[in-house]
Amino acid sequence: MVLESLEREGVDTMFGYPGGVVLPLYDTLPQFPGIRHVLVRHEQGAAHMADGYARASGRLGVCLGTSGPGATNLVTGITTSWMDSTPVLALTGNVARTLLGRDGFQEADITGITHSITKHNYLVMQASEIPLAMREAVHIATTGRPGPVLVDIPKDVFQEEAEFYWPEHLSLRGYKPTTEGHDGMIKRAAALIDQAKRPIIIAGHGVIWGEAQKELVELAEKAQIPVITTFLGISGFPENHVLSYGWLGMHGMFYANMAADAADVVIGIGMRFDDRAMGRFKDFNPNAKIVHIDIDPAEIGKNFATAVPIVGDVKRVLPKITDHVQHGVRTDWLRWIDQVREEHPSLHIRESRRMLPQYVVRTLYEETQGNATIVTGVGQHQMWAGQHYFYNKPRQLISSGGLGTMGFELPAAIGAQMALPNEEIWAICGDGSFQMNIQEMAVLVDEGLPVKMAIFNNGYLGMIRQWQQLFYDKNYSSCGITQPDFCKLADAYGIRALRVETKAEVPLAIKEAREYKGPILLDFQIDQEENVWPMVPAGASLAETIEQPAEELAR
Amino acid sequence: MSTATTNSNGRARAGSHTVVAIVEDKPGVLMRVASLFRRRGFNIESLTVGHSEEKGLSRMTILVDGEGAPIEQVEKQLYKLIDVVKVSDLSNEEMIPRELALIKVRANNVNRHELLDIANVFRADVVDIATSSLILQVVGDETKIDGLIKMLEPYGIRELSRTGRIAMVRGAKTTTVHEREPEKIREIHERAGRRVEGRELPFSSD
Ligand SMILES: Cc1ncc(C[n+]2csc(CCOP(=O)(O)OP(=O)(O)O)c2C)c(N)n1
Ligand SMILES: [Mg+2]
Repeated sequence: MVLESLEREGVDTMFGYPGGVVLPLYDTLPQFPGIRHVLVRHEQGAAHMADGYARASGRLGVCLGTSGPGATNLVTGITTSWMDSTPVLALTGNVARTLLGRDGFQEADITGITHSITKHNYLVMQASEIPLAMREAVHIATTGRPGPVLVDIPKDVFQEEAEFYWPEHLSLRGYKPTTEGHDGMIKRAAALIDQAKRPIIIAGHGVIWGEAQKELVELAEKAQIPVITTFLGISGFPENHVLSYGWLGMHGMFYANMAADAADVVIGIGMRFDDRAMGRFKDFNPNAKIVHIDIDPAEIGKNFATAVPIVGDVKRVLPKITDHVQHGVRTDWLRWIDQVREEHPSLHIRESRRMLPQYVVRTLYEETQGNATIVTGVGQHQMWAGQHYFYNKPRQLISSGGLGTMGFELPAAIGAQMALPNEEIWAICGDGSFQMNIQEMAVLVDEGLPVKMAIFNNGYLGMIRQWQQLFYDKNYSSCGITQPDFCKLADAYGIRALRVETKAEVPLAIKEAREYKGPILLDFQIDQEENVWPMVPAGASLAETIEQPAEELAR
Repeated sequence: MSTATTNSNGRARAGSHTVVAIVEDKPGVLMRVASLFRRRGFNIESLTVGHSEEKGLSRMTILVDGEGAPIEQVEKQLYKLIDVVKVSDLSNEEMIPRELALIKVRANNVNRHELLDIANVFRADVVDIATSSLILQVVGDETKIDGLIKMLEPYGIRELSRTGRIAMVRGAKTTTVHEREPEKIREIHERAGRRVEGRELPFSSD
């Protein structure tokens, strides 16, 4: 029933791990050759793979775990999807109905545990309800603001016989996403934009999920509004466009932060005014009037008072605004930001004999001509990957933004490669982060996936070291991390690996990796003490963005 | 299904809002609402659930401390729950708020008459009477119930149980949902959540 429902929903790939209570499902798996099951090595990997699959393709990702520990191992991955609003269906088995609530072997109240990290969840108590629950779950996960949905099924429900009823139409009285946007508000937004002298667009993840890049470009061009993105919004607006001014936030570009701080109208599109992006809330640009367009009404007014709220699907709302706004001329404003960018370039990489991580990312950009899909872990390497690669195609950067989950890179890259077998996928890995789901290298081999792993090996939990250096008087407590020999480890899994020790070897190693057909690991021995700049210190406002200090530039 | 909680002094504070949520009558819905309030840091002063006029839909009346959270966020976050079909804030309407309380108070032959007089003034019913106690049942808004409690305190309140507020808007206006579920889907939902028949003890899990 479960698999038949998945098949009807067009699911062709799932990531899972078996256990006692899901054996009935695994028993029927061979009857569904249209569904490819990827056997992971840890359920967290399965959840991230489903997430990576969804982020790369825009389609539903599916993961599966057994009851108890299988289900709880999914939790970090589900939360990652929840924070970044990605459509993932998590399936779990549970103990038989008669044992539910009696602390049976491997029972976990996974529906209770996941209430606050799923868009919705189901505990299915009759086999006859499976198709309806599955159908509703997929619908909820993939429509409106996407998000993870969990379906928990007791073992004996898998085994129960029932009529397969597939409802043509769903009836979810409590779930009706607004898509069109209010006409009056759209006109008000257009009028406010027309009056604005220094408007700025902040584009978020919602532009990517709403598949509205074209619509965004049209609005920006017609009204001549500079566009910055949030970290997750990267690739939602082409970074090679003249109106693109990078991304804002804690490690955003200096000029992007200054532009957000100097704007008179801020147009937030498919984003949620998160603290990492906006800096200290109470001091964020007090003069700006905010236009906020989002499909989730609860996001509007959550962190900031909004002058013009528009609830709707960005793909539908943006063209209507574009229709109403006048052709804009904003040479002064654009020149002002250009000037700031010239004086504070942020993305300039200094000459150095050391293997600077920024240089590694930039070389990767150049070698791949900007066409690779980049998947990152969490830490300094994540920020450099966001800064020094330039993204023009939506979905080209895949990263855990909201939750900041270390260990995301490898499994998410696997999911992305499963979704896009012909794309070049690079996992930019932290030496710490990579170790959190290192076991999934086995899946690369099983599935023959040509994922390129670039380890940014600095011997540190670098982001932690940076904070300890800057805010804790260089008290380096538990941030140095001993590494296994990553090359030997890859070798043990049967994966090719290269250690890259000097700057000169960087382009050659990348070339070699690109030519190689299978999975490959590059262990880049990067400069150990490089920091990520610019930086808005925690709790500071965007206006207080600090750039790389002179003594570091001299290193 | 019915449950209620009130804060320690049981009083609705000024600035609190009466929010009515019409919710699908499904297992776990109360927990979803309660956990949402906890997670978002909204304070519940009281929460009361019971059936509504429509089969399959329950009506929750939630008294929210308006200082803790902007009421708009409370409403929007409630709407995000799939099982919540409709949310209304009755605070700006002309509404009838009601609460029911059972109060067990010490009584003896000397003061019983006095107690009955007090009950009379508050139009409380005596629903049980014994040699050393009596139970009063009172219906009204919170101030009225608070008033009665205050009057009874000197006699010794042995037990107190309050339902929390329910409320309805005056006049023809309603807080209802008109959309019906298709027959077949309703059937499936109605079966949901029931334990399997049979009283066997748990079997060993294989
Ligand atoms: C699961 C998890 N645990 C802890 C953290 C906190 N944290 C954020 S960045 C970081 C260091 C990451 O180190 P590494 O992967 O080596 O990347 P680098 O910063 O050195 O590039 C840590 C520990 C986190 N984000 N996720
Ligand atoms: Mg590191």
